[in-house]
Amino acid sequence: MESTELVVNGKTYKLEADSRVTLLDALRNHLGLTGTKKGCDHGQCGACTVIVEGRRVNSCLTLACMHDGDEITTIEGIGQPDNLSTLQSAFVAHDGFQCGYCTPGQICSATAMIEEAKAGWPSFVSDDLDGSAELSNEEISERMSGNLCRCAAYPNIVNAIRQAAGEQS
Amino acid sequence: MKPFEYAKATARADATAQAANDATFIAGGTNLLDLMKLEVMAPDKLVDINRLDLSEISETDDGGLRIGALVTNSDCAADKRIRDDYPVLSRAILAGASGQLRNKATTGGNLCQRTRCYYFYDTAMPCNKREPGSGCQAMEGFNRIHAILGASDACIATYPGDMAVAMTALDAEVEIEDKTGDIRHVPVQEFHLLPGDHPEKDNILESGDLITAVILPPPVDGKQIYQKVRDRASYAFALCSVAAIVKMDGDTIDGVALAFGGLAHKPWRDEAVEELLVGQQPSAELFGKAADQLLAEAQGYGSNDFKIPLTRRVLISVLKEATQTGAAS
Amino acid sequence: MNAHRKMDKPDSRNRLDDMRQGLVGTAMDRPDGPLKVSGQATYAHEWDVPDMVHGVLARATISKGRVTDVARDEILADDAIHAVITDDRLLRRPAQGGANEAPPQGSKQVDYFGQPIALVVADTFEQARHAANNLKISYEAEGNAAFDPEAAGTETDKPEDDQLDQGDLDQAMRDAAFTVDQVYRTPGHNSAAMEPHCAIASWEGDKLTLRGSYQMLNFNINELADALHISPDNIRMLSPYVGGGFGSKLGLSAEAVAAAIAAKEIGRPVCVTLSRQQVFETTVRRSETRQHVRLSCGEDGVLTGLGHECLVSNLPGEEFYEPVTQATHFLYGGKNRRLGIEVARLNRTCGGSVRAPGEAVGMQVLENAMDELAEAAGIDPVELRKRNIPEQHPEKDIPYSSRRFTEALDEGAKRFGWDQRNRKPGATREGDWLIGHGMAGAARINVLSEAKAKVTLLADGSAVVETDMTDIGTGTYAILTQIACDMLGLPADKVETKLGDTDYPAGPGSGGSWGASSSGSAVFLACEEIRRKLADKLGSDESDLDLADGKVGTGDSAQSLADILDGEEISAIGHIEPGKTLEDWQQATYGSYFAEVAVNAVTGETRVKRMLGVFGAGRILNEKTATSQCYGGMIWGIGSALTEELAFDSRDGHIVNHDLAEYHIPVNLDVPQIEVVLLKERDEFASPIQAKGIGELGICGAAAAVTNAIYNATGIRVRDYPATLDKVLAGLPDE
Repeated sequence: MESTELVVNGKTYKLEADSRVTLLDALRNHLGLTGTKKGCDHGQCGACTVIVEGRRVNSCLTLACMHDGDEITTIEGIGQPDNLSTLQSAFVAHDGFQCGYCTPGQICSATAMIEEAKAGWPSFVSDDLDGSAELSNEEISERMSGNLCRCAAYPNIVNAIRQAAGEQS
Repeated sequence: MKPFEYAKATARADATAQAANDATFIAGGTNLLDLMKLEVMAPDKLVDINRLDLSEISETDDGGLRIGALVTNSDCAADKRIRDDYPVLSRAILAGASGQLRNKATTGGNLCQRTRCYYFYDTAMPCNKREPGSGCQAMEGFNRIHAILGASDACIATYPGDMAVAMTALDAEVEIEDKTGDIRHVPVQEFHLLPGDHPEKDNILESGDLITAVILPPPVDGKQIYQKVRDRASYAFALCSVAAIVKMDGDTIDGVALAFGGLAHKPWRDEAVEELLVGQQPSAELFGKAADQLLAEAQGYGSNDFKIPLTRRVLISVLKEATQTGAAS
Repeated sequence: MNAHRKMDKPDSRNRLDDMRQGLVGTAMDRPDGPLKVSGQATYAHEWDVPDMVHGVLARATISKGRVTDVARDEILADDAIHAVITDDRLLRRPAQGGANEAPPQGSKQVDYFGQPIALVVADTFEQARHAANNLKISYEAEGNAAFDPEAAGTETDKPEDDQLDQGDLDQAMRDAAFTVDQVYRTPGHNSAAMEPHCAIASWEGDKLTLRGSYQMLNFNINELADALHISPDNIRMLSPYVGGGFGSKLGLSAEAVAAAIAAKEIGRPVCVTLSRQQVFETTVRRSETRQHVRLSCGEDGVLTGLGHECLVSNLPGEEFYEPVTQATHFLYGGKNRRLGIEVARLNRTCGGSVRAPGEAVGMQVLENAMDELAEAAGIDPVELRKRNIPEQHPEKDIPYSSRRFTEALDEGAKRFGWDQRNRKPGATREGDWLIGHGMAGAARINVLSEAKAKVTLLADGSAVVETDMTDIGTGTYAILTQIACDMLGLPADKVETKLGDTDYPAGPGSGGSWGASSSGSAVFLACEEIRRKLADKLGSDESDLDLADGKVGTGDSAQSLADILDGEEISAIGHIEPGKTLEDWQQATYGSYFAEVAVNAVTGETRVKRMLGVFGAGRILNEKTATSQCYGGMIWGIGSALTEELAFDSRDGHIVNHDLAEYHIPVNLDVPQIEVVLLKERDEFASPIQAKGIGELGICGAAAAVTNAIYNATGIRVRDYPATLDKVLAGLPDE
């Protein structure tokens, strides 16, 4: 058993759990934060994306005990039904989801991705590596390709993110 | 996942000492935990090295860069010095995995990532890499992603990564600290092993060895290209990738470094191909000869036969692009 | 109160068009949206069930034979392990959609690699997973398993109902001015819904509550009851949110029965979730197909003959087979016809419904063949299709219901700029990329399914809709809300739709695209009944009732519903059943696809640059959710065309690429901005709300538009799907 302190959405949780417990399973099975989803458990779908210390990561591929003291933002910390973030509202307006299962991961991913782009990180499709790339449809698509959506809401996801990123900048 | 003891390393010496007793280091963990869940890997002890001071990219005395082993793929690809002077490395990293995985995956861990061979990943299947002596199911099975170069009768797995392919072309070195505290440097090109009779050994690391950094030599002139071919537009492993650094002197090829991913058990580099090109003027005939040289010993196993013509075409295309004079890198 | 309608006669009243609010058809946001985007929707695994433990299934690692021993004791020595379940009631195979009874049970017999054998239950998921991974299972393997549908020794059979031999196709082929005679192959597919199948079973005495991830609770409850040998009256199933289905959750699967048995045995709630690999190995796959297509036509391009003979596969004993020729029967004319399906019996994961069974692969190939015929005859592909739209059903003497195929073809061609394309294959190049354009027709049968829904107009003037119907991402919450809103004159926030609970009246389930029209009709009928009661109260005719914004009437004379109800509530159950209109008219939905692709001249990689779909599916109930369904279908088409393929090992039939890293569903970058156009249509034969299905139409031929475009780009016909780069590469000239 490992003792771990996780700061999730600003609240400190003390976790006593098997060292095998992933951050994803800690959130879902131990802390009751089921907004983060398990789609593949192997980093192949992105449904489990959360933001750890400002960076989007696959919570299924990291152990909870490796995050003692870390600040973690999950979908629950991004916005609630009566107080949605700009991006969450854009997902509703653009129908950027259907079944909704990949959606928290998409939104956590996109929330952090917009910051990555602002920080000047290039992507695989950037013509130049100088960080000047605007969040075009293609840039958004590439940067969001780690989040699978089998309902295939991709065109709407791109539109929602483009709108939200534009409103924020 | 088998139960394991978990320990946090506080210093490098502490880490290597702990690891000497059959423990496995965990940094990003993106491949290790993937494999541990399937019990393809089942270490008794994990030593978490994330708290070690290995997260910096610093300049070396000779004008190169030292990339700490814990620098994440994202930070490495976004580093201005790497973007400016080693664009092939930025491009290669950005071609791999996803934004989320690159945020977690580290430089040292990425070097150690294991093959994606379907049979290696399924513990119900015999696999010489997972269970030495049990056989290879891939050879006569579905082997679309498998090796065409340097494979053995025991294993036809490929090294799946992108980053190390660029590092191989860049003549980078891996810095390793052993359990006695000694530090050695090994060219990335020699870090991964061919499968031979011991496919269970991916690389030259011995028990207790800790990768502490990758050292990039001073920047070289020339055009740098990373081309990756895969089964979907993004978030897929390479069927074939090429890292190319080509320097032209007028209309003559002055220097060339070529490394290939997705073709072998290690990033593949063939000096004979490079020698054949240096000092020559670019031509379709020359490039064809280079491809002949590269693929002289290539062997397909059925579903991966296409990689031979694919690699030929990609190499020729990359060489054409790289030798076009006048274009910026 | 029960308002029942059997659809024996067309309904051309178009009553929803008369409703003053006009919410139906608009792009209303999903009412479930805020919950979904904030992670608050409860999917199967996400209920807070106290005292719950976790179960993980262990799988077979042989392909055919018998289990001789399960080493339970080794595992049970660990105190954390509660049980190793090897009960004879465990499901060996998933139920087919609509089975309504248990599928083959008892895991001692092994029919395919990956079959569930036992359930290991432990305090935690981690303990159960490790124990299940290490559970030693001994077998007696049988050596006569079959893995190759096309191998000489493989046993096959031909379903009697699906063989047609009309006229003389061989003669028609000999006499024709132009012919196509080709064999095409499509690979197996997995639904790969993002939410893995999951069930939480909890018992109170003899009463079982099962929280699961299923598409058709009305059938699933009976499948579960039959499997457990208990009465469905003792079961409540809950699936208010389902993380995608696409066929894989139509029938009950192994986790539900395993969880229920385990929970009973240990006296605690048990949660069983399939791993992603288990989703591939133990839920249904779409069969691979071999399709022999023959087309013959005269100089005018009018078909004289049409052959579509298919080989598919499934496990021995399964009645379901991929109905590949489903749309071929009615879409195009040609009086000499030979259509048939043959089923190879293999020891592979169970074949079953995956989004648009039949048309998804059948239309994709038929529309490739039509493209080849257009090329052979020198007739524009759009024009060729228009010339072959029959007046009457070419095999039965029945007319068509509403059919907007011609309009879809014309509208698509116009919007896409089809006449601007370079008709010559391999003749347009931009840098390393060869550019091509292709099109295809879309068709999918339409089905109305029996459905009930209860609507209650509460005394405060708000309303509740209740049915066990599910919303698997299709938009059920939205469209049922919209129908009730318009019929009862209520704003959207005054209607609450409750779904996915077998305590509510039985809906049709989400499958076969029938959910919206069937459940929507049930809600419509219930609302009509409520309107009649309201009219009675007001002493007026139901048809004169003018309801909007919570009021009856307009202006100063308007009365609020709450006032009229005066403390009472009115409820009604609407009940729709399919009838003669389904037999006496050929009902289907139609459309067209247009695609622009770029094929890399060096690597053979294909990228879809532009794609348009134009669809006619009766009344559109919600423009936003309907459009999203079409996006989904078309993107599945891109996946079918370019990347998706179940790879089976030829030696043991196991699925080699059983995860999302190597089974390549499209990622965001594979998909361009797609345009969807929904044609205005009312199909009076389809349903009392004139709606038809749209959830699957988007995929039914979409892949063909992509591969036809690859042909136009390169001159290469890929007849063996998917068109991965190796297959294109083989035909590309040296650079």
